[in-house]
Amino acid sequence: MTRTPLRPLARILEARQKGENPDAIERENRRLRHEEIRDRLRLRAEGRLLVLAVMFVCAYGVVGARMGVLSASEPKEPRAQMTGASIVATRADITDRHGRILATNMSTHSLYAHPQQMVDPLRAAQELAAIFPDIDAEKLGARFTNPKTKFLWVKKKLSPEQLQAVHDIGEPGLLFGPREMRLYPNGALAAHVLGGASFGDEGVHAAEVIGTAGIEKYFDAEMRDPARQGVPLTLSLDLTIQAATEEVLDAGMKLLNAKGAASVLMDIYTGEVIAIASLPDFDPNDRPRVPIAGEKASDSPLFNRAVQGLYELGSTFKIFTAAQALQLGLVHPQTVIDTSPPYEVLGFKVGEFQGKNYGKLSVENVIVQSSNRGTAKLVMAIGRGRQKDFYENLGMFAPSSLEIVEARNAKPLIPERWTDLSAVTISYGHGISVSPLHLAAGYAMIGNGGHVVQPTLLKQDGPRMGDKLLRDDVAEQARTMLRHVVSAKKGTASFAEVPGYRVGGKTGTAEKPKERGGGYHKDKVIATFAALFPTDEPRYALVVMLDEPVETSGSTPRRTAGWTAVPVAAEMITRIAPLLDLRPDYDTGQVKTLTTASD
Amino acid sequence: MTEMVYGTVPVKGGEPVLPKWWRTVDKWTLSFIFMLFGVGLLLGLAASPPLADRIGLPPFYYVQRQAFFGGLAMVAMVLTSMMGPVMVRRLAVMGFFVAFVALALLPVLGTDFGKGAVRWYSLGFASVQPSEFLKPLFVILTAWLMAAGQELSGPPGRMYSFILMFAIVLMLAFQPDFGQAALILFGWGVMWFVGGAPMLLLAGLAGLVVLGGMLAYNSSEHFQRRFDGFLNPEVDPTSQLGYAENAIREGGFFGVGVGEGQVKWSLPDAHTDFIIAVAAEEYGLLMVLVILTLYAAIVMRSLIRLMRERDPFIRLAGTGLAAMFGVQAMINMGVAVRLLPAKGMTLPFVSYGGSSLIAGGIAVGMLLAFTRSRPQGEIRDILRGRAR
Repeated sequence: MTRTPLRPLARILEARQKGENPDAIERENRRLRHEEIRDRLRLRAEGRLLVLAVMFVCAYGVVGARMGVLSASEPKEPRAQMTGASIVATRADITDRHGRILATNMSTHSLYAHPQQMVDPLRAAQELAAIFPDIDAEKLGARFTNPKTKFLWVKKKLSPEQLQAVHDIGEPGLLFGPREMRLYPNGALAAHVLGGASFGDEGVHAAEVIGTAGIEKYFDAEMRDPARQGVPLTLSLDLTIQAATEEVLDAGMKLLNAKGAASVLMDIYTGEVIAIASLPDFDPNDRPRVPIAGEKASDSPLFNRAVQGLYELGSTFKIFTAAQALQLGLVHPQTVIDTSPPYEVLGFKVGEFQGKNYGKLSVENVIVQSSNRGTAKLVMAIGRGRQKDFYENLGMFAPSSLEIVEARNAKPLIPERWTDLSAVTISYGHGISVSPLHLAAGYAMIGNGGHVVQPTLLKQDGPRMGDKLLRDDVAEQARTMLRHVVSAKKGTASFAEVPGYRVGGKTGTAEKPKERGGGYHKDKVIATFAALFPTDEPRYALVVMLDEPVETSGSTPRRTAGWTAVPVAAEMITRIAPLLDLRPDYDTGQVKTLTTASD
Repeated sequence: MTEMVYGTVPVKGGEPVLPKWWRTVDKWTLSFIFMLFGVGLLLGLAASPPLADRIGLPPFYYVQRQAFFGGLAMVAMVLTSMMGPVMVRRLAVMGFFVAFVALALLPVLGTDFGKGAVRWYSLGFASVQPSEFLKPLFVILTAWLMAAGQELSGPPGRMYSFILMFAIVLMLAFQPDFGQAALILFGWGVMWFVGGAPMLLLAGLAGLVVLGGMLAYNSSEHFQRRFDGFLNPEVDPTSQLGYAENAIREGGFFGVGVGEGQVKWSLPDAHTDFIIAVAAEEYGLLMVLVILTLYAAIVMRSLIRLMRERDPFIRLAGTGLAAMFGVQAMINMGVAVRLLPAKGMTLPFVSYGGSSLIAGGIAVGMLLAFTRSRPQGEIRDILRGRAR
């Protein structure tokens, strides 16, 4: 047991001496000490209670202030009771260069169901199946009557007629959510450029519209940016010309039994793509499904032959070889080259189309008659290193800068090692695979006096010309050669003569490589015609490419570009040149025939 | 001796009970409580018919029950407030042990009403939640233990009360009912603070909590997600919180009008945990501020009256009761405005709930009993303290 000291000891001892009871003294002392403790504690507690009270006031103040802030703010989400609340158009429109709508938004409704609010779920399912042929009444009815289902989407987009019909069912458990959908009013026109859009995050009251391909995906963030405030995205495309291009290309593709076709029309000074088409195409309002594994991506209508398609474009490349040789001062247009066989490079026999022998040809005629041995000899003079640099500067090694997502992955195929043999084949367009768009940019360079251009889909204010690769006089000489390909009697593109417009260009017929390697198909070609017009004062570059065309009007099937791509390009230029505000310039003879025809 | 023989008229010492009660009780707080109860009935008229309708009961079934239990609670409150502090203490300590045993037996005898947590005893016509009663009784017991601990050669009351608190918090956490556990913890903490916890220790504890929180945030992805989700201003508009927040926005300053609110149709807990959202939607910020002011006034008045109290037990018990009452209201409203993470906690006297009402009545009755003005012994205090 602990001993507690007696306090106050002095008084207790005194009391003991007097014989009094010390307990009373000790009790009194304890009482006094208690009082003292209580006073001290009370003072301390007073301060702490004050702190507590202040904390409470602050906390209540915060709750009250937060209530006030919430009350002052607008309700965030429109409630289900407030259907029909307008949703602001958030995604920017896309227009062509003259402001004509290519893609816009339309407000529509989605249809969803609250089965627990339904009066007669089975009848509702049957009525819905009557309105929407793709709905199976039994399956939908089973989902409606499943007690676990509290919510389900029925349709993502409704037409106004469907909306009314669903409304007329009179089922309270069928509800409409406002939606904004992407609409492409021109259907399949410029489908590969526009790509398409679909719904991202979906709620009952709104859904996010996101781009899935093409320029819609490339500029997705920009077009959704609310700060843009609906300023449309103006493209370099011209709706009318695009329509004419697609129409002619489609007709040509069908007439020539081709399995695909592509064309690119480019402004040679700005790099603006005025029309770009790839066939077969699709309707971006209803995008076909993405090809699954096992299917060839290049056979899907989603495949953009003009941008994604990488092909050996054949003899169209010869003009680059000739132009570079002229630029380096190695030859003159009239320099004569012996193109007779045999000619071997590293043991590879360089042959001509159908084993022809052109004999001695001027450089110009090498282009006009398209001699492989001629360009091979030119490139051997140029040297493979300089040839490689030339193509690299021309942008033939990198994916094109076109503003659609598909362009990023279309990196041209070039040989791993640039040997003399590669140099020779590339001089006439084999062993290098580029897209028709790349080719159009290359021809634009020749057309504009030797400046590299970057293809673009956005409308430009003025010329955008890059590095100069050719002297003006060399570019002029190259253009003259191209004009002669069309105008000369022996030219391979004589079908490209268009009354009133002087066209210059080069054909290319390349046999398609076999898919599993091991040489080339004899009866499958890529026929290309790359052109500049009008040649006196060039403005536009045009590339028309047909995939596996065959012309069967003659005794033997003809597949060369001169018989396939060239007539299509000529028809195209006839249609689009007036639309491009180009003034026809008839030679005297032609005018006479025209007058007689109009009698 | 004479009285024993002749039996004189019995004389009562002091003044009669009722006049004394009326003279000394905090009449403001009393009227605030009645006003809160009135607000609760008014909001119940708006908030509960949809629920009654859904279950297939008469539309004002819940309002009638609320009025009935509210009447009982008011009677309990007034009766309790008439008792002296010692009487309150005795009854409360006895009641505490009953409630404690009831809480301990919940896992065996209780029901969960299909809500996932076993918190209730079903009595047929009504259900009882023992933790509601345990809270105020625990406060009294703790105050007694702590006050005794401050006496010369008293028992180690603080330690005992801490162990008790720990046991109760553990039991509540296992139900699980983290809201009530937090309240118990908070009430104990406040009493410890007012009862003279060393400042250094308090600061150390606060630092430890912050440190622990940071550690948990950095090491546990789950905790991180919960915390970020709470801070994230975006809330799923179809969740209870989303509806509540939207209702407050819809209400604005003056409300959408009596009976015009929509939130009560979508919120299952519109008449209990989220009744403040109903108030905000139908009556606007104005009503919310009135309710807030009533709670704040009750807490403030009680704390200020307790400042002058010399008796440590009364001071501690009163502080604990007032703080618990105030914090419960604050948490409820803080959840509705998303200042605090979601916890199922009722708004005292306003939310619907039988046992919560009666327990609240008893608690406030005890608070009123402790805040009654009584002589404090020292002439200095009387001089300082004006007449209360």
